[in-house]
Amino acid sequence: MTAQTVETTSPTHAKVVAPIAWKFPIVYSILALVSFVFFGLIGRDGETTFRVASGGDLFAIPDLVVSSTAAGLTLGILLVIMAAVSVYVAMRRLSIGSWFPMLFGILFVLSFLAWAGGGSGGVIPLTTLLAGALALSVPLIFGAMCGLVGERSGIINIAIEGQLLAGAFLAAVVASVVKNPYAGLLAAPIAGALVAVILTFFAVKYWVNQIIIGVVLNVLVVGVTSFLYSTVLTEDPGLWNSRQKLPDLPIPLLSDIPVLGRVLFDQNILVYIMYVVVIALQIFVFRSKWGLRMRAVGEHPKAADTVGIKVNLTRVRNTLLAGAIAGLGGAFFTVGSGLAFGKEMSAGQGYIALAAMILGKWNPKGALMAALLFGFSKSLGNTLQSIGTPVANELLLMLPYIVTVFAVAGFVGRVRPPAAEGVPYVK
Amino acid sequence: MTKVFGSFVANDHIDLTIEPGEIHALLGENGAGKSTMMNVLYGLYDADGGEILIDDEPVRFSGPGDAVAAGIGMVHQHFMLVPVFTVAESVALGYEPTKSLGLLDIAQARKKVIEISSRFNFNIDPDALIEDLPVGAQQRVEIIKALSRDAEILILDEPTAVLTPQETDELISIMRQLKEQGTSIVFITHKLREVRAIADSITVIRRGKIVGEASPESTEAELASQMVGRAVSLTTEKDEADPGDATFHVRGLTVVDKAENVVVDDVSFDVRRGEILAVAGVQGNGQTELAETIIGLTEPRLGTITLDGKDLVGESVKNRLGAGIGFVPEDRSTDGIIAEFAIRENMILDVYDREPYAKGLNLKPKVITAEAKSKVEEFDIRLGSVADPIATLSGGNQQKVVLSRELGRQLRLFIASQPTRGLDVGSIEFVHKRVIAERDSGTPCIIVSTELDEVYGLADRIAVMYSGRIVGIVGPDTSREALGLMMAGVPAEEALAATDAEAASADEPAATSAGPADDDSAPTSAEETE
Repeated sequence: MTAQTVETTSPTHAKVVAPIAWKFPIVYSILALVSFVFFGLIGRDGETTFRVASGGDLFAIPDLVVSSTAAGLTLGILLVIMAAVSVYVAMRRLSIGSWFPMLFGILFVLSFLAWAGGGSGGVIPLTTLLAGALALSVPLIFGAMCGLVGERSGIINIAIEGQLLAGAFLAAVVASVVKNPYAGLLAAPIAGALVAVILTFFAVKYWVNQIIIGVVLNVLVVGVTSFLYSTVLTEDPGLWNSRQKLPDLPIPLLSDIPVLGRVLFDQNILVYIMYVVVIALQIFVFRSKWGLRMRAVGEHPKAADTVGIKVNLTRVRNTLLAGAIAGLGGAFFTVGSGLAFGKEMSAGQGYIALAAMILGKWNPKGALMAALLFGFSKSLGNTLQSIGTPVANELLLMLPYIVTVFAVAGFVGRVRPPAAEGVPYVK
Repeated sequence: MTKVFGSFVANDHIDLTIEPGEIHALLGENGAGKSTMMNVLYGLYDADGGEILIDDEPVRFSGPGDAVAAGIGMVHQHFMLVPVFTVAESVALGYEPTKSLGLLDIAQARKKVIEISSRFNFNIDPDALIEDLPVGAQQRVEIIKALSRDAEILILDEPTAVLTPQETDELISIMRQLKEQGTSIVFITHKLREVRAIADSITVIRRGKIVGEASPESTEAELASQMVGRAVSLTTEKDEADPGDATFHVRGLTVVDKAENVVVDDVSFDVRRGEILAVAGVQGNGQTELAETIIGLTEPRLGTITLDGKDLVGESVKNRLGAGIGFVPEDRSTDGIIAEFAIRENMILDVYDREPYAKGLNLKPKVITAEAKSKVEEFDIRLGSVADPIATLSGGNQQKVVLSRELGRQLRLFIASQPTRGLDVGSIEFVHKRVIAERDSGTPCIIVSTELDEVYGLADRIAVMYSGRIVGIVGPDTSREALGLMMAGVPAEEALAATDAEAASADEPAATSAGPADDDSAPTSAEETE
């Protein structure tokens, strides 16, 4: 009577040895050597100042002044040691936590900054650097959240770019007409969701290739907003496209923490909404009925159908919600930053958001980190440009995109996208 | 009940009555319309005519949700489980217990799994990931899923297709337990042995129509002829093998998949000229990868593959075909044919660039057509024109096209994976005859099959694979029980000893003589290769 389980004798797979993964040790070693030789040995004389203080801190932290060469050498040696560790780890076929590349990255960036700031006697404003990183990350984070909600339910959304732009446009126009930035904040998600309506209409009802519709939608939104911009908006900018800015709402106490408090808790409401969205998604995607059903239709829609879940309805709802999230992110370009709408002002951020989603392995937390990484590299480019470094401007502007390519190609490793993404569900 | 797909009538006025607490078998060949019917019953398809009555009340299902609410549960042939979910999540899906804010009450879901699992001794961990469970356990998760929704009628669609004989026995005992507790079971299958073992009543379906009831006391031959519509021979006739030299050797072959899992683990064997080595085992134990590695679709991590003294590892697929390997892939529709190409083009996919089919950059359509016509004759392929796309043919005729192509060259080795999957009984007979004819012409043959009947029908020796390893190579007279144990990973000697003990002395001579014979042959041929 008893259903005995078949003994699954775990076989000993003798003799098979995985080849040593040399990819990471090689990358680490090259970077460590670059740092040690260029930033250390043949580095530039002079001193670099790291400025961490900003006005209004609870207590002032003095500037940190270091010798450029000494800092380069010290950090370079640390990096070489880390690279050696990574070689050892690879040869013993051990695995290492994600703190390792993070720490390596931070040390490398610091050694680069020490070198870049030297010579010209430049001051590296750390707080500005970080605040800029967050500001540049906000649309990316919203966009990545939009992408992951869509793809987790099985719809590939390339139209994030268009949704950001539509959100930016409608937020600017509505805020300008009503003369209230919060009105723009309400309008932005509607714009994003409208783009999603077209996406789901063709993807779910007519099974059109989702990547193609996404690309077409991006072009469409650019066309429509540019047309309206050059006809209506420029005619009477005072009425249609005046600057409106969401006021900063510093959180008492928290915002007085030096460096991080300034960066994180002296922001406008849109940034706080972003915190809430990321935390809520991290919880709800994995621990709620909504999230369970969403993941089921994205992984195995037929299985969801056999337990009475309406697959296509679930997909449509979630994609509309995702569109609204992206629309909100778009509002950061205009009312969030106090700028008027400009043609194609989303400037490819929607695509970078997609990359952040993939790099974050379709997890809110991971996507957040990835988006911050991209935002930071862009902010770094901006900072270096303003303090004047020996590196060409054009190269600095490429920085975020180089980081994107390397990150997505090299660090993603084995990730599994939702199994049924991009596949229309046809009974 | 009637269900029509385009011009094809899948179910033609079918009447079926299930009594409470009975096990009702629905017997029919592949494509007879069994699964279609059950999918209508489960609300996945709309019926084009007829009605469903539960306790004499007519019901209408607009989706599976309605069917579940009416007390119908279904275990699909391909499991409806999300691989990345835990068992508890899979069981909860669609009927989630929640706390405030729509958060899952996962404790509640785990409790339900544990409760049902312990009631039937299923031994299922609610926190295990579905993809980590063996198929037998996944099937039990499906049953838990149905029971957790208070199913009174449980439909099992080809439940034994993926199981070892031992797991099948367990399933049968589970079905008896369910029956005792008052659940009605509809058991869909084309396997005669199981029907006789478990069913209380049998309905036979052929080409979408009910052709009659049968009693569980009927013999297998009676059931088979009712299912197919004519008398069939269940055994393939073949002469005793007359094996020659071993010309094909595999030594220490180890294959690793993309995720670094070892899928073929240190496999060594030989095949002699004029014999058929059948590779048996439950689906997914490395047989597919073994066959693909021999033809060169996958490169091994370790080991050698030698044919006629030449090492094939590292050679391109084209060179291996040139060395005389004929290969019938497992998945005919994706790997065996190009659906949009004409039949005659599919017949020359391997030799299109050679004389006499090509000259310079040009194909020679006249030669190709003439050759195709003679193959159609030889292999008895039923078709309109050789210029039609191959997609217009039935599965059996498509497989004949593949065979005609692969057997068309002068072969030094023939490999076929699941050569008769999804074919009707007539085509199966034909394929088996051709394979035996190829063996008799002196070609070493490897047949990979998960169907034990096919293995017994063709094999001169049987290699059983489990978890990437060859558990043992035994003779064709080995008992089903012993093979079943080996398919679950029990080494050959133990499996034979265990079943011998049970069967007293009956098959002892055959079984024991088969074992050592192979143990001897392996080392000698190993020396030859060195």
